[in-house]
Amino acid sequence: MTFIILNRLFQAVLVLLFVALISFLIFRFVGNPVENLMGQEATLAQRAALEEALGLNDPIHIQYFDFLWKAVRFDFGNSYRGALPVAELIASRLPATLELALTSALFAVIFGVFMGIYTAINRGSVITNFILSSSLIGVSLPTFLIGILLIWLFSVELNWLPSFGRGEVVDLGWWKTGFLSESGLKSLVLPAITLGLYQMTLIMRLTRSEMLEVLRQDYIRLARALGLTNKAVYFFHALPNILIPVITIGGLQLGSVIAFAIITETVFQWPGVGLLFINAVYFVDIPVMSAYLLLVGFAFVLINLIVDLSYFFIDPRLRDSELKDEA
Amino acid sequence: MIKHLLISAAIVTASFATASAETVRWARAGDSITMDPHAQNEGPTHTLSHQIYDTLLHRDMAGAIIPSLATEWAALSDNPNVWRFTLRKGVVFHDGSDFTSEDVVFSLNRAMADGSEMKELLSSVKEVRAVDSHIVDVETNGANPLLINNLTNMFMMDKGWSEDNKVTTPHDVAKGETNFATMNTNGTGAFMLVSRAVDEKTILKANPNYWGKDIYPNQVTEIIYTPIQSSATRVAALLSGEVDIIQDVPVQDLGRVSASADLQLATAAQNRVIFFGLDTVNGPTANLKVRQAMNIAINRDSIKKIVMRGQSDPTGVIMPPFVNGWTEALNQHPQYDLNKAKALMKDAGYSNGFDIVLNCPNDRYVNDESICQAAVGMMAKIGITVTLDAKPKAQHFPIAKGGEADFYMLGWGVPTFDSHYIFNYLVHSQTNDRGSWNPTGYSNADVDAMIVSLESETDLTKRDDTIAKIWAAVQVAQMYLPIHNQVLNWGMRKDIMFDVQPEDTPLFQFLTFK
Repeated sequence: MTFIILNRLFQAVLVLLFVALISFLIFRFVGNPVENLMGQEATLAQRAALEEALGLNDPIHIQYFDFLWKAVRFDFGNSYRGALPVAELIASRLPATLELALTSALFAVIFGVFMGIYTAINRGSVITNFILSSSLIGVSLPTFLIGILLIWLFSVELNWLPSFGRGEVVDLGWWKTGFLSESGLKSLVLPAITLGLYQMTLIMRLTRSEMLEVLRQDYIRLARALGLTNKAVYFFHALPNILIPVITIGGLQLGSVIAFAIITETVFQWPGVGLLFINAVYFVDIPVMSAYLLLVGFAFVLINLIVDLSYFFIDPRLRDSELKDEA
Repeated sequence: MIKHLLISAAIVTASFATASAETVRWARAGDSITMDPHAQNEGPTHTLSHQIYDTLLHRDMAGAIIPSLATEWAALSDNPNVWRFTLRKGVVFHDGSDFTSEDVVFSLNRAMADGSEMKELLSSVKEVRAVDSHIVDVETNGANPLLINNLTNMFMMDKGWSEDNKVTTPHDVAKGETNFATMNTNGTGAFMLVSRAVDEKTILKANPNYWGKDIYPNQVTEIIYTPIQSSATRVAALLSGEVDIIQDVPVQDLGRVSASADLQLATAAQNRVIFFGLDTVNGPTANLKVRQAMNIAINRDSIKKIVMRGQSDPTGVIMPPFVNGWTEALNQHPQYDLNKAKALMKDAGYSNGFDIVLNCPNDRYVNDESICQAAVGMMAKIGITVTLDAKPKAQHFPIAKGGEADFYMLGWGVPTFDSHYIFNYLVHSQTNDRGSWNPTGYSNADVDAMIVSLESETDLTKRDDTIAKIWAAVQVAQMYLPIHNQVLNWGMRKDIMFDVQPEDTPLFQFLTFK
């Protein structure tokens, strides 16, 4: 177990080094930050001086190692846009993104698993057909369009829910939460659905096909032959066996939820790290972009590690083989 | 005009003396970058600063220069190199300290310091001196008749507050600095900063000790400013009543806003001209006949009608109508004439046309990429095969400015409202300190000399003659193909009365309610 964790942490460092390298290679194509940093009145000489001072003329490997050396000390520099320290900026924006990601992941898992089971058990019913066909919308429509459709329906036409922002946030000192106010919760509904819809559909379809697979197995037939109730068959014998693929996909999807919150956050003006990143790209704010990409890389690695470890708790066979190896 | 405005403002104030507290929820596409008023020279940043900080003089909602913290200004009769400003008395900063000439000296010097993005506008200033507590002299290197035009975004800070909080210079991005003034303010303006979360929400409340209380309507007691980047969401927020006024209404949604029973649209010409630039040194566009052919092959009226949905003013000169030097004759755009254009191409020896790349931004001007797409089709009609290369502005500007582009799009606003600002950056030969936005290769020593002479010519008639001469040279050379001036649209609640300001800078002390 310890070995696996250490092994994974080592891999994580490699992945992060690689992410940083790729992002530095990409930055050269994003544009020149000096354009945005200086007013249109700046002379060519002043521009050249600023480029030099920012180290933009250094070879890419020098810039890369300079960044790494600072990053290991958690010094990501100051944002070009607004001049605030990057670490502080990201820390102030992270709660908004994590609350949104968590809410939409919960929405996706709860609705996905239950609707998946329902549609597997009640094959061919009217409700099942309705769920299955309407779920195609979730996978086929792009996120921004779903967001705008929801805004149009629930904000403009029905006037039920706010179209943008995070509502009232309560400052807990180290964390600004939208969970504790009515307007905060209302503001969460549309972005969470928008962000989670694709994942929900995916989880629902996966649960359904796994469930159909499992229900054909001999031990289910045996359980039925023993006269167990439907509830016991579905939830105590079938469900645990479909959880491994669902957790794998669900876990990986949580990473994408955090990473792809960018689009949802832009549509809903959700003040999280995704919006921060988009603005950084427009502004060619290299310190913020590189720190964000490292953060997302780290989130993916961490989630994968947690997913791997969770197998041991869910699947007894894995636990046993691990014990045998060590013995 | 000003008198009329002040009188009507006074009447409105009197009749609304009992009006209740009014909050205005305001949204636009981008947030201010920093609250430090000298650290950035950018529209949304200045707009928010204008609510909190004042300038010596500024532009009203119609674009005319009016007194603000200075009540009078004039060049000294015995020395045209010195501008004398008489300051308004009884003005206090939000923290209660008095506004005096030492704050002006401090602020102008701060705006000229390293790290300031405003310093270019003050490059002619030699020294700023306090004559007494409410008179300030600004001495320039040689006479500078344009100095006051450069002060309309030059904000005044409190010397004592800046020293106490160690913000005596703007934060210098190159040095990775950050400072207290980035998130905190102490101005003399109509509104005080209550709270600010970047990209999220900024709350301002009316300044109870505002010096302009009896001058402007001041009916707004609170401003809640929320940037909303997505244009569809911004319009939705206005339609659903979550905000009261938005800037940057996308042209495709204008109909929806004006059709709503509770909303109205205010429209006015913007101080920004859109045009194409051409390489005058290399390639086919070095031939004047080719440039002339391209100029009349652009159908400006159909760009206005189809691409801009009527929201533009086609023009024949790269100068918005507010600018000193503008004439109706220059503004007259050339007749669209395909046959003449083809004949010119033939004369130039390009009857079979040629291939060229058009560099275009896709996130800077209203429908920028669509205008370029339209131009591709129009050029094809005279045999020019255009490959469109549309990029975000951060990538487009280095290409457009670096001289790598043969054919590119650019837009230009004129904050000083004077032709010199266009000439200095777009017409003067490209040198280390001038012509930074002129990659066309156009270089004319006589024109250069005339441009420099504008900076110190105090005889305004003579100066205007020189401006007209330079424009004549520019119109002949045709290194730029003007397209149109942009039009500004603000969407707002029907009971709000608010003129669209040509620099896209709403000043909320002017806002009134029906």
